[in-house]
Formats: sequence, C-alpha cells, structure tokens
Amino acid sequence: MTTDVNRRVLPGFALSLGYTMFYLSLLVLIPIFAGVVKASSLSFQNFWDAVSGDRAVAAYTLTVGASFVSAAIDIVIGVLVAWVLVRYQSPLKGIFDALVDLPFALPTAVAGLVYSDLYVENGWLGRFLVPLGIQGAYSRLGIVLVLTFIGFPFVVRTLQPVLENLETDIEEAAACLGANRWQTVTRVLLPAVWPATITAFALAFARALGEYGSVVFISGNMPYRTEIAPVLIVARLEEFAYGEATAIAVVLLVISLVTLFLINLLERWSKQSHA
Amino acid sequence: MSISVKDVTKRFGDFVALDHLSVEVPSGALLALLGPSGSGKTTLLRIIAGLEVADSGTVLYEDEDVTNSRVRDRNVGFVFQHYALFRHMTVFENIAFGLRVRHTPKAQVKERVHELLKLIQLEGLERSLPSQLSGGQRQRVALARALAVQPKVLLLDEPFGALDAKVRQELRQWLRRLHEEIHVTSVFVTHDQEEAFEVADRVVIMNKGRIEQAGTPQEIFEQPANPFVMDFLGNVNVFHGRVSGGRADLGGLNVEYPEYMDRESREATAFVRSHELDIQRVRNGRPALQANIVHINPAGQVVKVRLHAEQFGVWLNSSSRPGGCASSFRTIKFEGGGDE
Repeated sequence: MTTDVNRRVLPGFALSLGYTMFYLSLLVLIPIFAGVVKASSLSFQNFWDAVSGDRAVAAYTLTVGASFVSAAIDIVIGVLVAWVLVRYQSPLKGIFDALVDLPFALPTAVAGLVYSDLYVENGWLGRFLVPLGIQGAYSRLGIVLVLTFIGFPFVVRTLQPVLENLETDIEEAAACLGANRWQTVTRVLLPAVWPATITAFALAFARALGEYGSVVFISGNMPYRTEIAPVLIVARLEEFAYGEATAIAVVLLVISLVTLFLINLLERWSKQSHA
Repeated sequence: MSISVKDVTKRFGDFVALDHLSVEVPSGALLALLGPSGSGKTTLLRIIAGLEVADSGTVLYEDEDVTNSRVRDRNVGFVFQHYALFRHMTVFENIAFGLRVRHTPKAQVKERVHELLKLIQLEGLERSLPSQLSGGQRQRVALARALAVQPKVLLLDEPFGALDAKVRQELRQWLRRLHEEIHVTSVFVTHDQEEAFEVADRVVIMNKGRIEQAGTPQEIFEQPANPFVMDFLGNVNVFHGRVSGGRADLGGLNVEYPEYMDRESREATAFVRSHELDIQRVRNGRPALQANIVHINPAGQVVKVRLHAEQFGVWLNSSSRPGGCASSFRTIKFEGGGDE
C-alpha cells in the first residue's frame, strides 16, 4: 500500500473531505436525523394516521402540485427574462438585472402580504380580477402566484450564464440554412439550453416545496383547500402535537428527496444526450 | 452564380471596417479574402452572406440585388470558424437541418444526407454527436450541412483556423478537390497566405477595409502591387539605400535599377523576397553581400536560412529548395523616398 501514498497533485483532500462531511452533517444530516428520530417516537399506527389523513394528503398534493405549476411558470417567464437580459442592450438593463434578485432578498412574508393585498376584492388588481371570477387572494391561484415570485430568480440566474455561453453563430448558422425565427428558437436554441432548464426547474421547484412565509399570508390556510404541508406542520405544532408535526415533515422530506433525485436523473440523462 | 460587391462601406462606431470597397467574384470561382486581423475580410464575408448589413453600397448575386434581403432568403452556405454545429443533434440531423426547415420529404432528406456523408467521407458516423468527432470531422460536417440545401454561394469564415497543422493541410486539399467537383461559387476568409495561395484560384488581399490587390495567386506572387502586399506575402528582406543614374546602392549591395535614370540621388527602400536571394559560397561577380548563416530551418519543402551581414548590419532571410537552384536576384520593388 505504500506505493499508494499521496499521488494527488492537489493537497488536502482528506482535510477538505472531512470538513465537507462535518459541515453537511452539522447543517443537514443531523437535523434530518433528529426529525426522523422524533417522528419515530410515535407508534406506527399513530404515524400512519398522522401522515395519511385526508387533511395531510390534501396538503401534500397541494404543496407538490402548486410547486410544480409555479416552477413551470417560472421556466417560461425566466427563460424569456434571461434571454432579454443576455441578448438585448438597454440603459435600464442594470436595474432589471438587480430587480431579478429581489425575491432572494425580500422576506417572503412581505411578498405574501403584498400579493394578498393586491388581489383581495378591493385591491389594485383584485378589483378588476375578482369580478371576472379570478380569485388571486386566499385561493390556490394565490399560492401559485407567490411561489412563482419566490422561484423566479433561481431560473433566471441558472439560465443566464448558459445563454451567455451560447454562441450566436449557431443562430446565424440556422438562419443561413433557411430557418425562420420560430424554427431557430424551437429547434436550435431551446434544445441547447434544455439541460440548464431542467436544473432551473429543479431549483425553483425545490424552493417552492419548502416555502412557508409568503403562502401563509395569501392562501387563507383553509384545511383541505388551501393549506400547504408546511402550514399544516405549524398547525400541528400549535396543537403541541410534535410527533405528528415531524411525521408530516418526514413525509415532505421524502417527497422532496425523491423528486430531486428524479430531476437529478433527468438532468444527467439530458446532459449525456447533449454532451 | 457570380457575386458583385459594389462600393460597400461598414462602420462599427468609429472603426471603419470596410471603406468603399468593391469586389467581383466570378461564377464558379474559389476566391480567398486574405488579410491581417482587423482588415475587414470577415465583415465583407458576413455582408455577402447577409449576416451583417452594409451602411452603404450594394451586393448582387448574378443580377439580383440582395442588399436588403434577409439571410435566410439568400440561400447561402456559410461555414463558421468554430463549426457552429448544433450540439444536441446527430451528424445526420445537423446535415439534414436545412432540408427539414424547408419541409423536404423524408425519403429525399435521407437520400441527400447520405450523398453528402459520402462526399465528406464520414459514412457510418451519421448517428454520432458533434462532441464525439474530431475538429476536422466537425468542420466537414459543417460543410456538408451548408451544402445540403444546394446554396447559390458557399462562404467560409476561416474554416481551418481552429484546426491543427496536419488536419488543416488535408482539409485544404480536400476543399480544393471538392470545389472542382461541385463548382459552387465560393469565398473563404483566411489570414494565412499559404492557405489562400494553395486553395484559391483568385486571391483578394485586404488591409484596413480596402483591397490592396486582387488577382490570381500567380499574378499576386509575381507582381505584388505594393509594399504591403509584398510584406504580407512574408519573408521579405528590406534594404534601405539610395538610387541614382540607373543604379541602386543598398547598403553594400549595388544593383542595376534602370527604372530610375535620373542623376539626382533619391532615398529608396527595396523589398527582396526570401526566395529571390541566392546563397553562394564564393563570389561569382554578381552583386552580393557577405553574410554569416545564423540559423537553418530545414523543415518543409524549402529550406529557410537566416543570415546576418555583420558589415552592413542587415539580417536576411533566404529560402531555397534543397538540391534545386533558387531563382537569381530578380525583383526589387522600390518605394519612392522623399527627395533630398
């Protein structure tokens, strides 16, 4: 084994690995483990009741569904915004660029409050929308709206560098070959940014799954209707049902992990086929 | 399909890329735009393609004015320096792209692509992705993609620029043969004079947005129009001296110069190409400079020799075919110096 020593060019592999593991454990693994331990204080029957009740299932479905829809909307808006920021020069570009990051910095509760204020019956937007039957506040639509807001910068910031690296000559090549703009976009540009788009979707989706602060203000939190899983967890906590709360948290965790794992696979697969 | 560029000007801010430039590409020609970087050659090519719009002037394909027509309506084949292949598409799909966007029937697409794969000698690789190919193979795919739609003209922007020397050499010859086969009017941009002379049947030498000289490789090589062309063709020895009474005195080298019979002495600069210098061990009575050989580079078809004439402080480059006899001291180009 002595021949095996220290063949690496960069020093400090063991140290950096140890540091990474320590950090990951401290910040991620130990809290998750603690959650699982807490949940296991329940008997299996109690655990099952806590996680499979109609209210809990409705909350998971809503959380995952709303996150999915909002991430999908983010992709559409985000790709467009990233494209505009990368390709067009404008004196206001710097301001737009800074605005994109706003959801990162803004306390999400503020976003929730502002959105609900806008979309209630006599709000600025609500007074036009509610008569049309579009309920922005205290509805599932409202949840999707705020989740879209929260996830949006992840998409833009993921796609921006990829679009910047996209050579303009592939567009020119397509044009020389007789492709119109639509064909160039759908056949050349979008497929080229597809892997990055999946990553962006994963980030926006993951962010939406865990969102609490903004949703709690806009959704109205009606059980079975507009109550997302994180809100249900808090509701359980307020009933001092810690075991049940962590049980739901564990299920949410598993859903998140499985979804992220699937997206990761998809990402890898698309990167391979795009090489 | 001939190409005429008439009085085209293009500016980028304060920089004048093309300055009232006109050029003719005869139908079926393979023309090289040769020049240093920043000479405007790529801009000219892009204006011919329609990828760039000229500030003024016109571009004609045969008699058709295409100055204002869009690039996708011009039906040009364009080959980019960095291939610009669609990375997510297979070789087959890349070549088929132009046909697909024209909604060509599938059977016809297949037939045409296979025909082109044969032409570029990449049969069997149609299902590979561009990332799995070498640089030379990628550029051939790019060429096949450009040719698939039977373009009126074929434009190549430094097509071999990103390739290594050996592959570049092969591809040059291949492009030459290909052009003999398909005879589509072609223009390619290069900064490599050897490449231009080897591949093209017409060469246009550009500098600072203007044309310095246009002609066949032979014309340009034998009668360089001015010092810039001379210098650009490479390996030129520059002598500073004076001319008077039909003779030139160039720092120790005294040669005939019947073009200037005036008795009044004038300053002059002489350009002598490296292949026009002969190296002799013994003086043979002809005008000569004594020099020491500093370095011999035997690589290539010609041997390049670097000499130093210590007595006169001149460094010289000479090239000759090993075993062969170099042409004698022939051409001297004079750039008129100011009267003194």
